[in-house]
Amino acid sequence: MSDHHDAGQEHDPGPRVGLSPFAARSRVLAALLVEKGVLTQDEIRRQVAATERRSPETGARIVARAWVDPRFAALLREDFAAAVAQVGVDASGLVQFEALFNTETVHNVVVCTLCSCYPRAIIGNPPDWYKSTAYRSRTVREPRAVLAEFGLHLPPEVTVRVHDSTADLRYLVVPRRPSGSEGLSEEELAALVSRDCLIGVAVAASPVAA
Amino acid sequence: MAVRPSPLAVGVGVRVRTTGPSGHVRTPGYLRGASGTVVALLGRFPNPERLAYGAPAPLVALYRVEFAVTDVFGPADGASRDVVTADIYEHWLEEVQDRE
Repeated sequence: MSDHHDAGQEHDPGPRVGLSPFAARSRVLAALLVEKGVLTQDEIRRQVAATERRSPETGARIVARAWVDPRFAALLREDFAAAVAQVGVDASGLVQFEALFNTETVHNVVVCTLCSCYPRAIIGNPPDWYKSTAYRSRTVREPRAVLAEFGLHLPPEVTVRVHDSTADLRYLVVPRRPSGSEGLSEEELAALVSRDCLIGVAVAASPVAA
Repeated sequence: MAVRPSPLAVGVGVRVRTTGPSGHVRTPGYLRGASGTVVALLGRFPNPERLAYGAPAPLVALYRVEFAVTDVFGPADGASRDVVTADIYEHWLEEVQDRE
C-alpha cells in the first residue's frame, strides 16, 4: 500500500503479515472507509462488538417468552420485529424475520442451499456445519436422514418442512415446549433451547436431562 | 420483465421457470422446472438479480412456494409427506392451470 493510506493504518489493530487474502482485503477496505470518512474506527469497533455479543441465548430467550406468554407468541407469529422488541432485541434491520412454530404434526428445519443465510442479526454467526456443502445439499433432498444424523428421529406422522432461505427472509424455529417443564421459570426454560433447536436439527431438551 | 398484474393467490399451483438470467440469482437450481403451491405472499423487495450489480432494482413480489420433496427429488424412503419451501420472486413463477 502507498503512504497515501497511512491515516487508516494508524488504527490498524495488528500486523498484516500472514493474513489470509480475505482478511487482508477486509483490513484494507476498513482503512479506506475510515480514510474517506464513510465510517469511523469507533463505529467499526462498536459494530464488531455488537456482532460478537449476538448469541443463540437471545433466540432461546425469545422462545421461552413465547412458551410462557401466548399473547407474545401470537405477536411473534404476526410481527416478529415488534414482538422481539418487547424482550429488548432489535430486528429492525434490512432483512425480515419469521418465527417457524413446530407443532405436533410439523417439524421445521432451516437451510440455505445457495449460500449460508442465517438469522445472524439475532443469534450471531452460524456453526460451520450449517455452511457445509453436505448440509446445504442434503437437507432439502433427504431431510429425515440428515436429522437422524443429528440424533433427531421423527415419527412418520410428523411432516418435515424444510425452509430454504433463498431470499429476503430469515427464519428462527420455535421448538415445542417439552413436557414436564410446567413449573420452570422463563430463565430455566430458555436453558432448554440450544442453538440447534433454533435451526431445527434438534428439539428442546427435557427438563430432566437439562 | 413484465410485472404480474395481480398477485398470485395462496393455494395456486405454480411451476418454476427453467431458464433465467445468469449471474446472481436467488432461485436454486434444484427447483428449476419444479411444480409447487403458493403458500404466502411475503411482500415486495428490490429485485436481487439487479440489486447485486448496483442496477436500478424495481420491487418484485416474493412468494413462499411449497414443494413435495418427492416431487422435486423423486420417491424416497418414507419421506412422502415431507416438504421444502423456498422464497421465490414472481418473475420465476408461472401459474399452472391443470394440476393433477
